[in-house]
Amino acid sequence: MKIIRIGSGAGYSGDRIEPALQLAEHGRLDYLVFECLAERTIALAQQARRADPSTGYDPLLPERMQTVLRACVERGVRVITNMGAANPQAAVRETVRIARSLGLEGIRVAAVTGDDVTQIVRNADLPLVETQGRVQDVAERMISANAYLGAGPIVEALQGGADVVITGRVGDPSMFLAPMIHEFNWAWDDWNRLGRGTLVGHLLECAGQITGGYFADPGYKDVPDLAGLGFPLAEVAETGEAVITKVEGSGGQVTLATCKEQILYEVHDPANYLQPDVIADFSNVRLRNDGPDRVAISGGAGRVHTDTLKVSIGYHDSYIGEGQMSYAGPGALARAQLALHIVEARLKLIGLKSTDLRFDLIGLNSVNRAPLIHHEPEPRELRIRVAGRTRSLREAMRIGNEVETLYTNGPAGGGGAWKFAREVIAVVSTLIDRQQVRPVVSYEVA
Amino acid sequence: MKLRELAHSRAGDKGDVSNISVIAYAPADYAWLAEHVTATRVLAHLGGIMPGRVTRFDLPQLGALNFVLEGALGGGVTRSTAHDQHGKSLSSSLLELEIPEPGQEKVASSTAPKTSS
Repeated sequence: MKIIRIGSGAGYSGDRIEPALQLAEHGRLDYLVFECLAERTIALAQQARRADPSTGYDPLLPERMQTVLRACVERGVRVITNMGAANPQAAVRETVRIARSLGLEGIRVAAVTGDDVTQIVRNADLPLVETQGRVQDVAERMISANAYLGAGPIVEALQGGADVVITGRVGDPSMFLAPMIHEFNWAWDDWNRLGRGTLVGHLLECAGQITGGYFADPGYKDVPDLAGLGFPLAEVAETGEAVITKVEGSGGQVTLATCKEQILYEVHDPANYLQPDVIADFSNVRLRNDGPDRVAISGGAGRVHTDTLKVSIGYHDSYIGEGQMSYAGPGALARAQLALHIVEARLKLIGLKSTDLRFDLIGLNSVNRAPLIHHEPEPRELRIRVAGRTRSLREAMRIGNEVETLYTNGPAGGGGAWKFAREVIAVVSTLIDRQQVRPVVSYEVA
Repeated sequence: MKLRELAHSRAGDKGDVSNISVIAYAPADYAWLAEHVTATRVLAHLGGIMPGRVTRFDLPQLGALNFVLEGALGGGVTRSTAHDQHGKSLSSSLLELEIPEPGQEKVASSTAPKTSS
């Protein structure tokens, strides 16, 4: 029975570098996939590309390629990644340059483009999804709009002999599904297999999050060697069933529990996981222990995809200003609360126009959303945090300034003031008719 | 007892929607969780921050519940002024939920917080 082995080399743009090399060298892989493109990243990359047309791809692409390319080429491991971000063609040129510098002449590198739908979306009055509003609300402030492409153009690139495939925006699971379709000749309407392959991609796309990363809770869920965490690989059969595992001897663990957490990660209705290639159905997924650090996955299914593709729209939203200051020792809570009241009054006094203002006590309620438990002892130290949204950078800076002035104008013993102001490039989503999107595959040879 | 004693959890984000899984450590506890960790209770427990709706999806074969919280992320991850914009820590906050101890429902529910439904 033919089995293909697909590794996951990164779960986000800034992820650790060396676990991918470990996979390439010791994972006996056929494919190594890097998922590096968060929602907002492509808008930031588009801005970079406008400033310098040779940029706009993932800033860590050179380091990742330099680290893994030789190991991959020597072992026949083909690389698939969305590190092309807003400029896959420039990413291909850079990869070709790196391949030549490593003496890897002759490798074929493909760019997948066509996800940029800015011009189509700019003039469309479409409703947003996952947030309130319509495209027209952000149209004038739009930076980029990118449709989530499916596995199609990646499969085309693999059939075209690409050793490395670099995309912009594609469905994350589609990068893993594409080599399955290519190797097993799955039909484009074999919905159950496409659904199972999507499930495998979904489980792998966050890399270490299924091998014990983002899982440990000492005393409840202990995980060995998180500093040496191994990234996952899947052994996929022609049926689309798979075993999730990792390189022997690497840190972390693959267990039923790590797999269960990842099955539901960023999933809403498990029976309706909408992807460009298929509506995947995870509602009857079954897991089975298949030895140490091996979990067998079955029961995935799928149905015909929708007529639309999801589009991420990046736009100039607002500015956020923030300030922080710490208080310690007896009375820390009372002084921190007084500090927050002072800043609140000051922001009113200076007439600052701000929305979504937050007055947090770090150590008490800044991230915890559960009801406060009032009988707990007072913390030995607390840090105040004031943050708010403004229309200009200048106004945003005033928020942090008002926190900083607590040094000489606020309660006793405040220390470690910190302030920050930044522009917010935000992302909203909409859906467009998939017929309007035309993916393109192009090649360069090193 | 706290939900943490029977279940583990992970939160994910898409736009202004958070999803939080609640997964039984022991499959035998799933039915108990399904009975006591309802969408209404989750909304009451985390309700201080969100105007939206909570929907629960059940996966008995995994011993898991999946809660989908609309409008939970301050307008969306990319524009929220919250310290934890992704709502990643919502998973741990939810594990603070008080639930009756299996087999001792009557005793435990009399001490359950007033926020329970």
